[in-house]
Amino acid sequence: MKDTVLAGRDTAGAKLGMWLFLFTEILLFGGMFLLYAVDRAKHAAEFHAAAEGLNRFVGAANTIILLTSSLTMALSIAELRSGRRERSLMFQSLTILFGCIFLGVKYFEWTAKIGHGIFPDSPKLMKLPKGQILFYGLYFVMTGLHGVHVLAGIVVLVFMLISTINRRITHHDYVRIENSGLYWHLVDTIWVYLFPLFYLIT
Amino acid sequence: MSGGTGFYSASGGRRGIRSWIFSTDHKRIGILYLFSIFSFFAIGVTFGLLMRLELIAPGKTIVEASTYNAFFTLHGVIMIFLFIIPGIPVSLGNFFLPLQIGSRDVAFPRINLLSWWFYITGGLLALLSLFTGDGPPDTGWTFYVPYSIKTGTNVTLAVSAAFILGMSSILTGINFITTIHRMRAPGMGWFRIPLFVWSLYATAWVQILATPVLGITLLLVIVERVFSVGFFDPAKGGDPILFQHLFWIYSHPAVYIMILPAMGVVTEIIPVFSRRNIFGYKAIAFSSMAIASVGYFVWGHHMFTSGMSDTARALFSFITFIVAVPSGVKVFNWVASMYKGSIRVDAPLLFVFSFIFLFSIGGLTGLINGALATNIHIHGTYFIVAHFHYVMFGGNGFAFLAGLHYWFPKMSGRLYNEKLSKIGWGFLFAGFNALYFPMFILGWQGLPRRYYDYLPKFQGLQVVSTVGSWVLVTGLIIIFWNLLRSVKKGPPSGPNPWGGTTLEWKTGSPPPDENFEEIPQVTRGPYYYREGGTTEA
Repeated sequence: MKDTVLAGRDTAGAKLGMWLFLFTEILLFGGMFLLYAVDRAKHAAEFHAAAEGLNRFVGAANTIILLTSSLTMALSIAELRSGRRERSLMFQSLTILFGCIFLGVKYFEWTAKIGHGIFPDSPKLMKLPKGQILFYGLYFVMTGLHGVHVLAGIVVLVFMLISTINRRITHHDYVRIENSGLYWHLVDTIWVYLFPLFYLIT
Repeated sequence: MSGGTGFYSASGGRRGIRSWIFSTDHKRIGILYLFSIFSFFAIGVTFGLLMRLELIAPGKTIVEASTYNAFFTLHGVIMIFLFIIPGIPVSLGNFFLPLQIGSRDVAFPRINLLSWWFYITGGLLALLSLFTGDGPPDTGWTFYVPYSIKTGTNVTLAVSAAFILGMSSILTGINFITTIHRMRAPGMGWFRIPLFVWSLYATAWVQILATPVLGITLLLVIVERVFSVGFFDPAKGGDPILFQHLFWIYSHPAVYIMILPAMGVVTEIIPVFSRRNIFGYKAIAFSSMAIASVGYFVWGHHMFTSGMSDTARALFSFITFIVAVPSGVKVFNWVASMYKGSIRVDAPLLFVFSFIFLFSIGGLTGLINGALATNIHIHGTYFIVAHFHYVMFGGNGFAFLAGLHYWFPKMSGRLYNEKLSKIGWGFLFAGFNALYFPMFILGWQGLPRRYYDYLPKFQGLQVVSTVGSWVLVTGLIIIFWNLLRSVKKGPPSGPNPWGGTTLEWKTGSPPPDENFEEIPQVTRGPYYYREGGTTEA
């Protein structure tokens, strides 16, 4: 406990709790990755073919956007820690902005696919080979679940932004924004795995 | 000692029920959970009674087959997700974990309260699924596909309820692990914490590492019902066996979420009523962790008849047998702890004895299930039903009641009527064995579980079983009537009626608002009894 206890707050304890929560998130996605692994092993060739249907350029762009948002997230905490509040606020806002852009790109990607008649249980998809049906099923469910997590991350970060503005988060007491950062990095890391699994292995 | 009414008089400025449902005090949350859990337990028992009544004679007795299906589904969902999984950790654990490690509260008091809100939301949704939509869910608590996806009944709502209950469970797990790591009293090293806390620690790890897999599995059932993606539908390339794997990857470890805290309670009670130090402290602590970790790799034994390679089946069977080792270590340690002790058979110890007896029967019949050849014969029969009721009710249920009696004076500041509790125990124990033991025989003779109707030759034992259920409920009524009455009318217990040596007995009964007037300094292990039956210090 010692020096990590600050104003009655056990920051090391708070971080331990957050890491445990992140484990649970990894295991939640773990179930989906398990399904992916089994289905891919059964239908390797059809997964290859289906992956050709996704736009690699858009996927790569989104990867860069999300990775950059992780950088701005880390910078915002570093700035806050050294007491440069204004710069931290700027980086926090940038992180939120990148998160929104990511979701925007995802939205257009999804609507384009749906516009082409590719969505779960669609008549066009049902005519494709089984491996392709599964590939797109996994694509929508996994990126959808990930999108929900990005959205949740954005909501959390907006609260952090407001708390920083109201000076409830300061350079003395910033464990909440550190924990939010950890969550954001996790969401980012999951995308780092989703991107090659759906866009690159063709 | 502040004595008097302890924390009950510190309501945080709120009145009536609001002082409970918005309180972040771990003791209030523990009591709140206790009442919520046993309310749902009463509903689960009612469903069980109705099922037994229906089965007293072949053919239709009181309800239609579809209603019977809803009964066993809701009985399972309520007993598993609302009673036994949250069970001991959220009620007795919440109350006594901080007390036993000499802390003022858990690490995240507000998250603790949030977990109760998730719990009650999930519980009410589960009940709501009975009365809304197109009929109550009829899938069994396992929600097996493809039926759970195809049935028109209200499965989506019940599955959502289970999902929310899972989130509640995860939050409790995170809270307990952090609390045990960060908030032990000065001087309390890892091998000085009481063994109940060790068992909660092992349980909490299972809760956070297994529950998310259930979360995603249940989400997928909802997704399939709404969008028909086809992950479990062979016509679209999917595989229903995958559902069973995902489901049991959680639901087998969940069995240890149920039994580990029960073992912890038993380990607390034996030294106190034998006036002996616990035998093999480290062996018990490590066997909890061993059960928790090996328990992850045995889920396949639920699927021996579902279609798996022989290699996988042999491996799963072998690992299943390995789990029996740490469980056996515990049983031998408990018995050895009583050797040459000055044993006083009060109600808590009586429940503990019956725990050891019933759990051993449940555990050994588990090995019969775990062996490949015998499994084929008894899979999906009453034998399985008997086995898991012996482990869950005979194990967890009896240990829960043992803990409830043992810690009742600490929670209420009063003593219950000893004689009445022993009479209640007698009814419960006799009723329990009459209810469930015939099921071993019925199952061995080939009666499948979950069937609405049966051949006339099974009726004799079915009647014994149903009569047993009435005796058992009589026992439960006596036990709870005794406890509830004693909350107000029992004689004051004083801070330490049993002469226990763990930290919770060093503060008032009920404990004051912040648990301890001064945080205790810990200088030795949790159980120290001198030869001949007196406590040191």
